[in-house]
This record gives sequence, C-alpha cells and structure tokens, in this order.
Amino acid sequence: MKILLVFAALVAAAGSERLFVGDQVLRITARDEEQIALLRVLGERAELQVDFWRDPTSPDHPADLRVPFPSLQAVKIFLESHSISYSIMIEDVQELLDEEKKNMTKSRRTERSTSTFDFASYHTIEEIYDWMDVLVDDHPNLISKIEIGQSYENRSLYVLKFSTGGSNRPAIWLDTGIHSREWITQATGVWTANKIAEEYGQDSSVTAILDSMDIFFEIIANPDGFVFTHSSNRLWRKTRSINAGSDCIGVDPNRNWDAGFGGSGSSSDPCSDLYRGPYAHSEREVKAVVDFIQGHGNVKSVISIHSYSQMLLFPYGYKRGPAAHHQELNELAKKAVSDLAAMYGTKYSYGSIANTIYLADGTTVDWTYDNGVKYSFTFELRDTGRYGFLLPSTQIIPTATETWPALLDIMVHVLENPY
Amino acid sequence: DIDDVGHKYYLELELEDVLDKDSTVNCTAEVLYHLGNKNIAPDVQFTLEGELKNTDEADNIFYNRVKSLEKELVAENIPDSHGNVPPEMEPIHLLAWVASGYVIWQNSTENTKFQLAQIKHVKQVKRTDEYLEFDYMILLHDMVSQEIIPWQMTVLWHPQHGVQVTQDSRQPKHASG
Repeated sequence: MKILLVFAALVAAAGSERLFVGDQVLRITARDEEQIALLRVLGERAELQVDFWRDPTSPDHPADLRVPFPSLQAVKIFLESHSISYSIMIEDVQELLDEEKKNMTKSRRTERSTSTFDFASYHTIEEIYDWMDVLVDDHPNLISKIEIGQSYENRSLYVLKFSTGGSNRPAIWLDTGIHSREWITQATGVWTANKIAEEYGQDSSVTAILDSMDIFFEIIANPDGFVFTHSSNRLWRKTRSINAGSDCIGVDPNRNWDAGFGGSGSSSDPCSDLYRGPYAHSEREVKAVVDFIQGHGNVKSVISIHSYSQMLLFPYGYKRGPAAHHQELNELAKKAVSDLAAMYGTKYSYGSIANTIYLADGTTVDWTYDNGVKYSFTFELRDTGRYGFLLPSTQIIPTATETWPALLDIMVHVLENPY
Repeated sequence: DIDDVGHKYYLELELEDVLDKDSTVNCTAEVLYHLGNKNIAPDVQFTLEGELKNTDEADNIFYNRVKSLEKELVAENIPDSHGNVPPEMEPIHLLAWVASGYVIWQNSTENTKFQLAQIKHVKQVKRTDEYLEFDYMILLHDMVSQEIIPWQMTVLWHPQHGVQVTQDSRQPKHASG
C-alpha cells in the first residue's frame, strides 16, 4: 500500500517514465536525538535530492529515505561515518514501479473480463446483458452482438455472432431460455458461449467449425419471461403478451411456430401453459427468430435448449411418424448422449419429440426442420424431477460441462456433412 | 388393456436412495388405471426385492428438534429460486416429498406426470399428542400440461407411525402468474 501511494505520487509528479532507475530506499534507525537531528540535516541538503517516505521523528522509530542513484554513495558514507544504522529496503525503485504498473494493468483488465464472472451462479438479465458486452470486448475479432428484434415489453433480443469472417457462411443457431423458468438453460448458455470463445484457436474441433461456419447464440430468448421469473413468479414459462379477451397472460413460445400449428399438442386456452397463441408467429420473440433464420438463408443446424428431463430430441413433435432423416438424427443423438454420459454418468434418453416426451405442435425445431434446417435438435437438460426447474446452482457448471461434448458432436457432424 | 376395467401396467423399477446414490433396491409393481371415472386413484401393488435403509436415528433427531421448538416452525420457498435448501430444512423438504407422493398417486391418470416443484409455504401446527403436524402449500408441476398447480396438504408424522396426509385440496391458479 505504501508502494501504491508512492506510485501515485510519483506518477503525478513526473509522468513516471524511467526516472527512478537505480534509486534505493533505505530504512534508517536513529538511536538518539542527535542522530535524528543529523538525518534532518541530511534531508535539507538540496544537492542530494533525497526524500523521506517516513520522517525521522524519534529514536527507535525507523525512517525511510529514498536516495537517487547519483547520491547513493555520499549518503551511505554520511550514515556510516556517523554510525547511523540502516538497511536497504528497496534495491531499485524503478524495478518496483515497473512491476507494480504491470500488476495494476493486469488487475484492471481482470476486473472487467469474463474471468471474474461467476458462472456457478444464476444471474439477472442486466448481469447477463452486461457480461455479453464484456465477452464481445474481450474477443473483438470473433464475437459481435446483434439485435434481431424486441420482445413484447420492448426488451432487446440479442444474439451473439461468432464469426471468423467470410460472407454469409453456413451457420449453427443455438438458443437458451425460450421458456423462462428453465434457468439452467440460460446459465448453460452463458458458460457455453464463453467456452466457444475460449476454445477457438485452442481446440481443433471448435477451430475447424469456426474457420468455415458461423455460430449464432441467443442466450435469452424470452427476456420478458425471464425478468418475470426474477421479479414475480419463478415458475413462469410463457411470454408476457396480453391476450385479448382474457385475464391470462402469455403464449407458450414453443407452441407458437408454424409447424403443425393448432393440433392436440398445444392449447387454445390463453390460461394454459401450453397456449399456442392466436396465430402462428404471433409472438415477437418467435417472429424475430423466424425472420432471422429465413433472412439468413444458410442456417444448417438449430439447437434449442430446454429443461428438465434429460433428453435429446429431434423432429417431429406434431406427429408420431418419422422424419425423413430420422435414422441419421437418431444415430447422432445416440452418440451425443453417450459422450454426455461419459462425463459424470448423467443418463439421457433420446428420440423424436412425439415418441420420447409427448405430442407437441408448433415447436421451434419442427418449424426449422420443415424449413430446410436438417440438423434440428432440442435438449432437455438436468434433472429428472428431484429439483426440476429449481436446479441448485452448484449443478450449473457440471451440467454445462457435460452438455458441451454433446453440443460439439452435433456441431462437428454439421461441419462434416454439408448440404 | 383389461376390458371394461382399465389399463394395467407391469413395471420393473430400480429405486435409488436420494440421500445415498449407491444404495438401490429393485422393485416390481402393477399399476391399474381405471376406465372412465377419473376420480379413482390407480390401484398399485408392489414388491420390494430387498430392504429399505433404517432411518430411525435421523428421524428421532428431527422429531426431537421440532418438538423442542418454542415457536411453531414456519418456512417458505423450499427450494429457493436458486435451488438451495438450508440444511435444517432438508427434512421438511423430504417430508413434503413423501406426502406429495400420496397426493400425486391419488390424482394421477394416464395423462398426468406430476413432480413436486416447490414448497411455497409450510407452517407447523402444534398438537397436544405425540404427532407432528405441518400445513403445506406446495406447487406440483405436471409435465404433460406443463401446469404449475398449487396444492394444500395437511401432513401428520411420527417416527414410529409414519406419514399421513389428513387433508389435501387443489388450489386455484392465479390468472396473470
């Protein structure tokens, strides 16, 4: 702390560049009033340019004296000839200043870097949106933030774009948090986005993927719902749109897509948690993604992440019959689930939505699949019901960690199977 | 399918001790869902192939702790939003789990899949006899409809006499969440 004070003072005085090379700080212990007086005299000798960091006040209280390099010999001879005991406290002031400056720069960078973000906690929307900006700042050549639209309550719908260049490269889309109460998904999204950023240039698969493809990641797909889970009802699922003629609020954003819209796998009752909405794509949150994917025109995979149940699912949800690519999707799901289990033994089941979980119409991945995105998958993350939506935050990092190899399996397969 | 009666399911289960993952017991069961009348709970028959762990010590510690409280135990939001359960509330959580199992059984059909989502509120009701009584407001999550259903249940417990749900009733959901 003394050092910081010195540094601040010296910087203020001198702009700090290399002015203290070889200067030393001596700790001097005067043993009586006579020696104190001698030290004061030493301090007044202008030609020596010494300065006391700690003044000589009384015997037995050490005084600290900075001595410029050119005056070192003269000062030491003075002290020794008067038998004033001293020791060298700082051998080279400049060295210390250089090291301190390096440390301060490093700590300033760390404070606003992703390495201090607590990935093992659940966060608010403000914290996540702030962290996104830090992530972009830390990886300016890889990540940018785009706004694809606004929610019902006019919140920004942000997507992180991971790209190493090119023009409209084939792309992978990831989303988390479309059902706001599934907090493990937004938390996994944050961890995963950070992981992708870290691994580019380090991991050969991630590097290969990003060298030819782009990744678009919407971490908070339902911001209004997410805010509501923090402020009012932790178990809110839907959007927060007002339903004409009803007291009940919100539409299930995973029943609002134009794929098998309006069947028995969704509800026509605005009060239901499976309410499909007045018409397909009525929800701004859904329409924004629809417009983005259609506008982009080159999205090759969509992975939409939910919780809970521990499943890896693919189309169809709106009908029981198999999708055209059922076999390939099934094989890929099988591999991904096996690599997920290899981490901590977490068991996932897999298969088409309709045959594995339930009939569900108007879902994200049924729409993307029917609109040309072959590799459309839905994850249902931990757990199987013990904590359900209220998954302890201690499970965030294990969940994200085990899900990563499964995501990578899918992304690598997409890279290696262009269409 | 059993004509004019309902649908019968034959199950082979592995039960895992929630507090000790390595401890498992196999179990076979038959579940009969009755045709038509949704107000009758499914019939359940089961056989345990092994023994359940003895929990007398932990039960007695919890029982004595609550019995010796000066004020009635009161708590809410278990687990909390972050999934945390304070250690001293864990037995209350487990008791709710067991009691809600009864409520779930009584209200299950082939089109429901209930889990206990959260204890919204629990209040101890002091009794003059040896039983402990708790008035719970729980939230059940039905995976099939995705609904969160508030449910009130009154639970009696004693270490030697087990769990009883003496009263339970489904509560209305709030419109705007």
